[in-house]
Formats: sequence, C-alpha cells, structure tokens
Amino acid sequence: MPETRSRRLPIGGVEGWLLVVIALIVAYLSIATDTFLTLVNVFDILNYSAVNVIFAAGLLVVLIAGGIDISFAVGASVVQYLAVTALGRIGGGDWALGIALSLVLGACLGAINAALIYHFRIISIVVTIATFNLFFGLLMFFTGGVSIYDLPDWLSSRVVLYDVETDLGWAEITLPVLVMVVTVFATWLLLRRTSLGRQLFAMGDNTEGARRLGINLGAMHYLAYGWLGACAGLAGLMQAHYAREVVPNALYGRELEVLAAVVLGGARLGGGRGTLFGAILGLALVSITQNGLNLLGVSPYAFRMIIGFVILVAISLSGETIGLVASRLRGPKAAGSVR
Amino acid sequence: MNQFVATLLGHGPRHAGSSVAARSEIAGLLLVLAVLVLVLGATTGRFLSEATFTSIAFQLPELGLLTLAMLIPILSGGLNLAITFSANIAALVLAWILQAGGGADAGIALFLLGCLAAVLTGAFFGGVMGLVIAYTGAHPILVSLSMMIFLRGLGEFLTRGGDVSGFPSFVVAIGQGTVFGIPVPLLVFLACVAVWMLILNRSRLGFSIYMLGSNPEATRYSGVDTHRALTLVYVLSGVMCAIAGIVMLARFNSVRVGHGESYLLITVLACFLGRVDPFGGFGRVVPVVIALVILQVIGSGLNLLGTNQHLATALWGGILVLVMVVRALWARLEISSYLASRPRPGRR
Amino acid sequence: MSAEPQTAPDGRDLIRLEHVSKRFGGVQALDDVAFDVKPGEVLCLAGENGCGKSTLIKVISGVHKPETGAVMRFDGAPMDDLTPARARALGIQVIWQDLALFPEMSVAENIAFEKNLGARLRLVDYGAMRREAAAILDRLGVDIDLDAPVKSLSIARRQLVAIARALVAKARLVFMDEPTASLSRAETKALLRIVRRLSEADIAVVFVSHRLAEVLDVSSRVTVLRDGRLVGTYPTRGMTQTKLTELMTGRTFGQEVHAPRTRSGTPVLAVEGLTRAGEYRDVSLAVMPGEIVGLIGRLGAGRTELALSLFGMTRPDAGTIRLEGRPLRMGSNRDAIAAGIGYVSEDRLSLGLVQPQSIGDNTVVTVLDRLVDDFGLLSPKKRRDLVADWIDRLKVKIGHPDDPVSTLSGGNQQRIVLAKWMATGPKLLILDSPTVGVDVGARAGIFEIVRELAAGGVAILLISDETPEVYFNADRIWHMRDGRLIEEFVPAETTLAAVEEAVHA
Repeated sequence: MPETRSRRLPIGGVEGWLLVVIALIVAYLSIATDTFLTLVNVFDILNYSAVNVIFAAGLLVVLIAGGIDISFAVGASVVQYLAVTALGRIGGGDWALGIALSLVLGACLGAINAALIYHFRIISIVVTIATFNLFFGLLMFFTGGVSIYDLPDWLSSRVVLYDVETDLGWAEITLPVLVMVVTVFATWLLLRRTSLGRQLFAMGDNTEGARRLGINLGAMHYLAYGWLGACAGLAGLMQAHYAREVVPNALYGRELEVLAAVVLGGARLGGGRGTLFGAILGLALVSITQNGLNLLGVSPYAFRMIIGFVILVAISLSGETIGLVASRLRGPKAAGSVR
Repeated sequence: MNQFVATLLGHGPRHAGSSVAARSEIAGLLLVLAVLVLVLGATTGRFLSEATFTSIAFQLPELGLLTLAMLIPILSGGLNLAITFSANIAALVLAWILQAGGGADAGIALFLLGCLAAVLTGAFFGGVMGLVIAYTGAHPILVSLSMMIFLRGLGEFLTRGGDVSGFPSFVVAIGQGTVFGIPVPLLVFLACVAVWMLILNRSRLGFSIYMLGSNPEATRYSGVDTHRALTLVYVLSGVMCAIAGIVMLARFNSVRVGHGESYLLITVLACFLGRVDPFGGFGRVVPVVIALVILQVIGSGLNLLGTNQHLATALWGGILVLVMVVRALWARLEISSYLASRPRPGRR
Repeated sequence: MSAEPQTAPDGRDLIRLEHVSKRFGGVQALDDVAFDVKPGEVLCLAGENGCGKSTLIKVISGVHKPETGAVMRFDGAPMDDLTPARARALGIQVIWQDLALFPEMSVAENIAFEKNLGARLRLVDYGAMRREAAAILDRLGVDIDLDAPVKSLSIARRQLVAIARALVAKARLVFMDEPTASLSRAETKALLRIVRRLSEADIAVVFVSHRLAEVLDVSSRVTVLRDGRLVGTYPTRGMTQTKLTELMTGRTFGQEVHAPRTRSGTPVLAVEGLTRAGEYRDVSLAVMPGEIVGLIGRLGAGRTELALSLFGMTRPDAGTIRLEGRPLRMGSNRDAIAAGIGYVSEDRLSLGLVQPQSIGDNTVVTVLDRLVDDFGLLSPKKRRDLVADWIDRLKVKIGHPDDPVSTLSGGNQQRIVLAKWMATGPKLLILDSPTVGVDVGARAGIFEIVRELAAGGVAILLISDETPEVYFNADRIWHMRDGRLIEEFVPAETTLAAVEEAVHA
C-alpha cells in the first residue's frame, strides 16, 4: 500500500478555498459598490455576525463529537426569554448575573438533548427535531408570541467598545464582538488545548476506539451538547442586546444558516473533523454574500436561494467527495480508509 | 379482496422477527387508536361526530402523502428534510400553468398538464438530491437540508412571500369534493398508499431499498445497482411531495411557500411511531398509515379541546421524544428477553 | 520503565488464570481455560478463528467478565472486578487487530493519547506529547512523521503507532492481536526486534495469531486453544507450523491431495498481463472448467485486489480478462455477475451478507430478475420456492427464512453466501477466505459444497490465508507476493511443508 505523503500546510484545503472565494467576492463587491469596503459596513457585518459566530463555535463542538443539533437557535430564544424575565423579577441584575444565567440555562437545555441522545440511543437529528418543536412550541405558547421591549438598562443600552467617525457616520464595534472573540477563544481552548476537548475529537473520530480507551462517552455527550447550549444561551443574550428587544421567534430559522455555514467550513457530519477557522470562514462567506447582495440591491428573498445553492454545490464538489467519486471510479479498495 | 390485499402485502414481514410479531405490531397500533378514540369521545362530547371524521378524512391526505415521501428515504437509511418545500415548489409550477392558461378559466386539460409538470418538478429536485447523495456520498441530512434552504429561497424569491391563487372552480371541487361520500384527497392518498405498498413489497426497487437501507456496500456486492436505487428513492420522494403539493393547492385553493412547514416533524413522528427503523432497512407502509391516523386523531382532539396551536407544536415534539424513548426501552426489553430465551452466538 | 522495582522473581507468574469460562447466550466461548505468562516472556497464543483467543484477551483486559469460578491473579494479587481502565492501570495493554486508532489525529497525539485521558480538565501539552511519542518511536527504532495524521499512514505504520501507544503507558503485559497479518517480511523482522527489546525490558508480550511460523523463534512457549478449550501449552523448541496446525485444528492432515486431472478445452477464466497500479502487476493465470485454483500469499499481497478486479469492482490499468475465450470488459460487478462470475467476500459481516436482513432476502438478492411474475413484480411464491430449494440443497440449518441472517452461525451464513452465488448459475466462483469465522467442524462441509460445484464444471478461484485448506482442496496453487504471481505449486507433486515454507519464508 503506497503511503500518501502528508501535506504541510498551515491551513487545510477547505479553509484555503474559502479564503480564495471570500477574497474574490470582497474584491468584486469593493469594485461594484462604494459602500462595501467602508468601516461602517465592515463593522456592521462584524456586529451582526457576532451572534452567529457564537452559535457556530458551539455547533462545531457538537459536530466534532459526531452529533448534530438543530434546536440550539430556538433554545437561545428560550434562554433569552427566561433570563430576561427572571432578571426582571429580581430587579434587573447586571451583566455578570445575566451572562451566568444564560450560560447555565443554555447548558441545561443542551443537557436535555444529550440525555435523550446518549441514554436512549436516539439519533441526534431526530432528538433535536423533537426538542426544536418542543422548545419553540412551549416558548410561543407561554409568551403568546408577545415580545419583551422593556429590557433592563444594562442590557438595552449599546456598549460601544471602539468607535471612529467616518464620512458615512460613526463606525462602531459593540459588545457582542468582544463576547464572540472570548467564546471563540474559549472554544479553541477546549477543542485544541484541553484533555476533554481531545477526548471529544477522539469520540467523533473513532467511537469504538474511544470506548476501548475508557473515555466516558456519556460525559462527552453532556459536554458537547452542554457547550453548544451554553454558547447558544450567550448568543441569545447578545442578540437581545443587539436588537434591544426579545422577540420569541427572532432566531427561528437561524440554526440552518449557521449549520450550513459550519459545514461549508469543512466540519464533517459524523465527527472527528472541523476547525474553528473554517467555521468562521464559512460564516464570513455567508455574511459577506448576504451583505453584498443587500448592497447590490438584490431581493432579500434571493439570498436563501443563493446560499442553499452554494451549499448544495459545495457539498457536491468538496475535495472529499471528489476524492470519493474518483476512488469509486477506481474502485473501493483504492481509498485506504481506516475504519 | 383478500387476494388484492395479499398482493399488496407481498412477501414476509419487514421487521426482524416472524409474521406474528408484525401482526401484533399492527394490532398494538390499532389498540392505541381505539383507546384514543374512546378517551377523546368520552372527554369531549363532540369528538364522535361526523364533522370530526370528515375533517380528519380531509386533513389526513396531505400529511399522509408527505409522510409517504419521508418514508422511503428513511427506509433507505437517509432522510429528506426538503419534503414540504418540494411540495410547495411543485404546487407553484401547477399554479403558474393554471394562471398562464387563463386563471379561473383554465380547462381541465391544462390542469392535468400542470399536474404532470408539478410531478416532473418534484421528480427533478428529488433526482438532484438523489444523484448527489448516491454518487458523491454526501450525507442525506446535509443534502436535503441545503435543498430545503434552496427551495424555500427559490419559492420566496418567486412569490415574494405572498399567496398565489385564482384557480378554476373545479380545482376546489377536487380538493374539497367527495366521490361516493369519500373525500377526493383521501382517495388520492389511498391510491398512493397502494402504489407505495406495491413498490416496497413487490418490486425489485423496493427489495433493493430495504437491503441498501441496512448495508449499501453488501447490497452493491450482491449485484444491485445501489446508486440507481438510491437516486430513485429521492425521485419517488419528490414525486410524492409533488402530489402532496397538488392536493394542498386544491384544498386551500392557493399556494403559499412555507405552507405545511410544520408537517415535517409530524411526518418523521408518524414514521417512527409506525415502527420504521431510524437507521433504515426496516419499516412497512401499513403501520405507518395507522400511526398517521393516530396522530391525526390526536391533532383533531387537540383542536376540539381548543388547544393552542403552539402548544400543539410542543406536544408533537414531546410525543416524538416519548415515542423514541419508549421504543428504546422496548428494544432493551426485547433484547434481554431474546438473549434469555434463545442461544445466540457472540460476535467475534 | 525498564526496571520495574516490583518485578516478580524468575519463576513467578506475571499473570495466572485458572478455570476461566465465558458464555455468550448458548455459545461456550471459553470453557475452563488456564493461562499464564511469566514476566518478560514472549508467548504465543494460537488457535483458529473463533477458538476463543479474542474472548480470552477481552476477559484479561476487562472488556468481558468471566463466569463465576474463575481465578485470575496478576503479579500474585487477585484481579477481580476488572474494567478496561483498571486493566490498563495494572499495565495490561492490548493492540487490537483493528488498532482502534484515531485516523484524523496526528501520530504524536495517537501515541501519547493516554495523557489526554481522565475526567479531569487539563491543558494539553503538545510539546510533552511529541517528546514522549518521539522517545517511544526512538526506542522502537522506527522513524514516523510525528505530525502526519494517522489516516495518511500505511497499515504497517499504523501498526507501529498502535504498538507505540501501548508502550507509552507503563506496560507490563502487551497483547498483540494478529500483528503480522499485514506486514511485509522486513516489517515483521523489525517488529520481532522490537519484541525482543521489550522482553529484555521485562515487558511480557503475547502474540495472538493463527500463523506463527515467523514468531516461533522469538517466543518461548505457545498456548493453543481450540473451540474455547485449552489444548495445552508447549515449548516452542521443536515446534513446527505443521504440528501447530494439527494442534489448532485437531486434525492430522493425512488427507488425500487431489490427483492433478488434466483438463482440456477453453479455460473459463484466462487473465493476461493484468495490472493495476499499487495493487497487482502483470498477473497471468487460467482456470479450466471444474478446476480449483488456489491463490495464497500474505495479507496485502494483492490477492483480494485481484479478485475485486475479476469481479468488476475495480478496473485494471492494463491487461485482458477472458471468460470462456471472450474478452470481458466490466463497468461494474453487475457485468461480472451477468457474465457468470460470483464473488464470496472475505468480509462476510459487512460485504458478504446484509446481516440484519432476512435469510430469504439474502439468498435471492442476486437473482431478483428471475423472481418476477408476468407484471414485472416480485412473486412471493417464486421467492419462497427458491429459498426453500437452496436451504434444502445446501443443508442450511435455519429457524425461519424470515429470521435475520445474523442469527445464523458462521458456517450456515457462509452456506447462504454460497447459495446466493450458486443461484446465479456461475461459471467462475471466486472464494475469498471462505472459512473465516467458520467453526472448524463446519469447514469441511463448506469445502464439500465447493468440490461438488467444481465437479459440476464450475471454475473455482480459492483465495485463503490457511495454506493447508488450499493445499488439500486445490488442483493448482499460485503464490502471490507484492502484487505478482511468483510461483506455482501442484499439491500432488509437493508437500504441505514446502508450500508453507515458501509462503512464510
């Protein structure tokens, strides 16, 4: 069996392709519009995307562990609502309390998914389709679909971290961006630098091998889905801060956008593979495309169509599947798979 | 009649175990249904009425057709998350053809042509998914998810989020009419059930779907063209979506992208309540149909009880969790009693 | 690690097991087995597939619990309530045949993964991991890129990574499950050097294998299991592969070899200069009607790869395949089946049968086109009749045709595989390791069917790791090495020992 030489690139192939595509899109938009490459617009994209990146970081953890979750965005709405209501009852609270509450509530919702998936051996997509509807239905029922506009002051007043005046007005970077950076760093730390993160990778990579090494698969499930839940809770809080209101169905549908972007970034359904950098690039591609289409005056309805199409093409043409097709043509034994 | 039923049921049961187990499975579901009807009849005075059964008979078909569209991909070891939007898009094609042909004045021939175009549309999008899944090995969840995003975007883009309506009067007559007292949509559904049973139990394709649902590679090594079979799975699913779309168009006399979105969960629920294996390879049409009736009765009951629509959504989610948990516990029980009752070689 | 202070003095046992039994449902996998290993000893654990070797390792490594009554002592202390974690803490390491590595992770991380274990949250020290992995690889005397993902390595190198991983923990007893199966001669030699070094460092090594010629000279004793029972433990001095084979199978091979019948006519299969890059090169062979041609060689010699090309699963780069004189071009295995070729896969679990599906469906899956009625629909009656016919003809012992095929024993499963190919009326049947996972007692029955087929004029290409079964069943034997056919044997003109020698040398 010939040994394939390992390529030494600082980044993987998927990330490389994404960078190229993003660069092309950015170059085109910079020429085609005068507004795209301005600080105001760039910071806008950043502020808007922060919530999605926080989601993406959490979702990546679940994907790497070998699962899938589509209930997280609705879970975030639940956390948003519960946290704001609870804080309102106790007189407002502050950032520390808000963040702690969001993390805990989110992790609890994630733990529900983990429990169903691990203890009852139900496939994750089915569990999360169910909890998606469970969470969303209960939320809409108890809120009656009514939004909360009366947020505590600390949550509704915009926290500007950095601003600069330009010809087009003030360009601002707000708190969600900082939270995004912290979340991404924490997730990176978990996945790349901690023993538990490596065990998560191991479980997604070779579950049976992980079991034989004595890795606690149950704990790993709780960690992965709990982490996603906590990230989602945090994202929910940031979204409330960004929008200055809590709308029960504001995040409905966000899960697909994020999932699509993370998969675009090279995470594999089935576990063991995926990078934060890739997930962020995937999300960047989606956000920049959306922003660009907006600036170009393309109907917002076309956006989803284009994104869906791009992902469909990306899945069909990704290096892995091309390699698979090539090896299919050559035959099954050519691709030396480990499993 | 017996001969006919036997023809449809075809050969042996499609679940591990004997035909006795298969019959008890159907009997169990029927029992659940009977208890449900009795309980609802006792608690709400209006449940056991003709109106209830008429409404069930009219609502069941569109959900049922979508469930059939979900069933075959699950049997093949996949999933089709794009069913509701495939149905919407196919219905849109029919709607445009009717509008192009004069709207309310369009003739029956044009309607049939439109139906054909709708079915071809469903088959086309299903076929694209099938080809991608079969030949690139991409995960069905991902492929159908991105197809769903694409179709939703396409539909919203083309309709600008609005309704398309203004069809000839006979369309509504089809959607809301009856033949010999049986609602037309129900007849369509029953015909589709029969076709599905014929395909799954008596055709080479159906045989291949079950085999590849359990192990595509071993099936391929046995000389089955699994790539073709897998593609056809999604083509068939797309066709069934289109039929569901046509029925929905006729019943509501309009098309709106997003209509029936909430059915996705219930179709999955119906399949799993009907004892379909989530990993593929096992599951039959009849128990799924009974499961559908059960769910529809629950739905109508919730309606009669005046249950909030969102609470109903939550309940569907809860029921799905419950069904899966009960199945998991049941399987554990079965395995332990199986091991206790019967010697079995340990796998190396 | 080399000088464990508590090392038992010579003569004491590192591990001693007595009265170990294990049942799975109705199958007695282990029956009152005794087993012992001395510190630093190299021991062979021999037996055929399904003899209980794997179960024994799993008991010792804490994966399975033995039945009550078992006495197990490690280093003199009883080891009860063993779990995988506890076994590893004692220093018991297993290198599984499927290696259980993490393909996406780097070599260094795979080797030093032990450092990541445990429920406590710790920071990963990649530097320390690399240093540790490098030190171990250095000690083993092998050079592997520490940063390469394991999926990019050849099987042999993955094997070395698995060995290195076992040594990272303070190993005192290392089981190697079929370690040489996929290694070349040079790689095997390197492995044996490593084993000697381990032994010198007082680490006991147990080779688990059914082909032990190459490891006999590094080991001191060999323990033989058969059908879950202990046959005995023997010194390796004076032990030969032939004698070992007799101990493992419980049969003396006083069988008649086939008289080489001269066959005339057109060969059923004629292969000329067949080549596929990286798999096999310049293969030319012919199989006459009714002839059984054996194909032996090491794992990885290219035998299965050749078989897959003959079955249309892969496309050769060059050369011709003729079936009954006509050139055969195949786009897929469907063309092969249509032309009259059947293939019994070595991997019955995942390629040979659709395990969860019914016995009946697995029998008829190859001949669906013959089961249709006038309307193009599958006829339940035709299916029933065909299944009943084959179950009767091949004397398969089953409960009900609708039972999952996975409920059958290995031997009966293999009969179903044979039935599904015989149903196609093949001209050429390729048998790839047809007795893997088949009980010793049931093997003769399989070959009875195969010989009957040959007598009926079907050409048979028999691939196997078990040289004796090829020797006693084939008319001619080709020896394949590194993708080439290197020599031909005629069993009637040579001895089993000579053939064994040629393969294992």
